[in-house]
Amino acid sequence: MTALASFVCAYIFGLGLFISGMIRPAKVLGFLDIFGIPSGTWDPSLAVVMAAGLAVTGIGYALARRRPPLFDKQGRWPTATAIDRPLLLGAALFGIGWGLVGLCPGPAIANLATLSPGVIVFVIAMALGMLAHDLWQSRSTGLSKRKLASATAADG
Amino acid sequence: MANFTPVSAAIGGVLIGLSAVLLMLFTGRIAGVSGIFDGLLSPHGDDRGWRAAFIVGLIAAPLSAALAGYAMPLPQMPKSFITIAVAGLLVGFGTRLGSGCTSGHGICGIARLSPRSIAATGVFMISAMIVVALTRHVVGG
Repeated sequence: MTALASFVCAYIFGLGLFISGMIRPAKVLGFLDIFGIPSGTWDPSLAVVMAAGLAVTGIGYALARRRPPLFDKQGRWPTATAIDRPLLLGAALFGIGWGLVGLCPGPAIANLATLSPGVIVFVIAMALGMLAHDLWQSRSTGLSKRKLASATAADG
Repeated sequence: MANFTPVSAAIGGVLIGLSAVLLMLFTGRIAGVSGIFDGLLSPHGDDRGWRAAFIVGLIAAPLSAALAGYAMPLPQMPKSFITIAVAGLLVGFGTRLGSGCTSGHGICGIARLSPRSIAATGVFMISAMIVVALTRHVVGG
């Protein structure tokens, strides 16, 4: 049941990316190109997607906090609070890659549906980047900390 | 702002938010795509089923839209596969080092009013905007 629910949620997510146009790198880059503001070609659509998504998620999460999830004992809410160097450095590196192509992980994976060779290369490289990080982290921190890190990993 | 599509953007945003809320209500998980995908790659993951189902669902959505007759153009990608590969590596490494991406930090994290996610989203937005400014308007054009 968990897998089925997960599939349905991801399907809705993918439809959201498709309908909003955020699945298209050109549209994302149209938002990220701030020189488009003075020249009149700027596309603020991504900001609208985020605003609408945040409104729904903000209200929905507030309700979801009050009860345990249907298929698990408790919600796995992230617990980390420190704004530390890995967070900021990681975000900066991610932004560089995002700006180079206009793809972040969700739209990149959804675009696998097109069988575009460029997208396939991007997703393989993304997977290798993640594996490189996980390998580097496990070597530098050791097993116990690695388990701790993977348990709390992630805000998302 | 000829390319601005506020209505479809709002509908799409609502669907993305709905997806994040439903995933939490059903499975208790944060809808962070980079984290879900990374967990699928890691050798010591014990919860691959729902992660794989999420990835399949993400691909199935545009596929079914295309099969239903909606236009699904090939994404415009840089010509250089080296650029694509470098960008992919940076996105993969960066999202894990920073514990999240546009969905996990940008939507789910900010919706929780997490200071970490607000900071991360600010940083990756600015970093991406600088890169686009450089690649489109300084180098090459």
